[in-house]
Amino acid sequence: MAATKPVPTLLLVGVIAVGAAALVTGSYEFSRDRIEANRQALLLQSLNDVLATGDDTGVLNPTRIDLSDPQLLGYEDPIDVYIVLDAGRPRAAVFPVVAPDGYHAAIHLLIGVSADGVVTGVRVVDHRETPGLGDVIEADKSDWILQFDGKSLMSPDRAQWAVEDDGGSFDSITSATVTARAVVGGVRTALEFFEARSAELSARAAARAEEEPVNE
Amino acid sequence: MSRIKVLVLGGLWRNNPALVQLLGLCPLLAVTTTLVNGLTLGLATLVVVATTNTIVSSMRRSLMPVVRIPLFVLIIASIVTCIDLLTSALLFELHEILGLFIPLIITNCAILAQAETVASRRPVTESLLSGIATGLGFCGALVALGALRELVGQGTLFAGFDLLLGPWAAALRIDLPFEGMLVAVLPPGAFFGLAVVLALRNLVSARTGPSVRRMRAVPARRS
Repeated sequence: MAATKPVPTLLLVGVIAVGAAALVTGSYEFSRDRIEANRQALLLQSLNDVLATGDDTGVLNPTRIDLSDPQLLGYEDPIDVYIVLDAGRPRAAVFPVVAPDGYHAAIHLLIGVSADGVVTGVRVVDHRETPGLGDVIEADKSDWILQFDGKSLMSPDRAQWAVEDDGGSFDSITSATVTARAVVGGVRTALEFFEARSAELSARAAARAEEEPVNE
Repeated sequence: MSRIKVLVLGGLWRNNPALVQLLGLCPLLAVTTTLVNGLTLGLATLVVVATTNTIVSSMRRSLMPVVRIPLFVLIIASIVTCIDLLTSALLFELHEILGLFIPLIITNCAILAQAETVASRRPVTESLLSGIATGLGFCGALVALGALRELVGQGTLFAGFDLLLGPWAAALRIDLPFEGMLVAVLPPGAFFGLAVVLALRNLVSARTGPSVRRMRAVPARRS
């Protein structure tokens, strides 16, 4: 091998590194806005899913509030709570919740709750349950997750917030009882969180709406 | 046989990166749960290998041996990053499914092997052709394995093509009167499926060619 000359070698590496950086920067600039738009669309889509509005108009201006309650929600960091305001009054809230006791790992849920504490919808955002058994909690795979719609801590009453196998009133999942139990527990926790903090949420959402009447 | 024909046939069949050299098995096994996933990752890999081959080959006279490997990796990594960003911008739903595995194309040794053994020694046209052939060979293996696992695992074929081609492609989906065997979609199924595809490839190649003996005499290099 010929003796290496350090200067041209470094120069070559520098030129190629700058070229590579330019290429990556260029495609980042090109994609950034689209990726952001895609993320927003996905977020709006999932908000609409759990709010069961069926149209896009209901959630166009969700007010975002960050709130921290690691004990109930399972998230260490503050979470985003989306409040849907109807003529200045909170109509529903959407927020993420963790069911920590999934079969393989924590199950991440997104839940919509109306102002009077009734579930408008639940969707599984992320999970590691067994494909073909536990993954029927996905809305794409089965209707199981839809059984929470319209439920609240009053109906069924608190003691009934469990799967059938445990004497509760929610359908369990064959061969995936642990999964079903975790999701039911997660939804109940979410409702308890909402019950405990809904006054605070409403007040903050109303204050926020007065500050910025249009959109953020 | 001309050199180009040797290169192209080598990438596609005789020296297929996935089925003969057994390179890049991590993405191969991980994403091939459906045909569309396999096809998309295969196409992304094809673009990466063809582009890096072209770039490396056009710079081959100025590439100094001591720094060539870091430079190959740098070039491959930037191209993969670009592809990752572009799929995220243009094919968002598919990117949500494949997201984790697109950056992993960087670690596919088949691409580095192409840069080292072909692109840094041959003219641009040959390198590009060889890159395309290798990419197609890899893509073909992913498609075959994806189709097999989707067929056995879910009893469907061409499901989810609307994510790649737009809403009209949802009609391509074929449903078989058959529930599917879960194991094919799970990780063990990936290994079983790969074994089946490898066995089929070896069977065909044993039936068809005198090349078998030569392959035995000069085993493919592995890494």
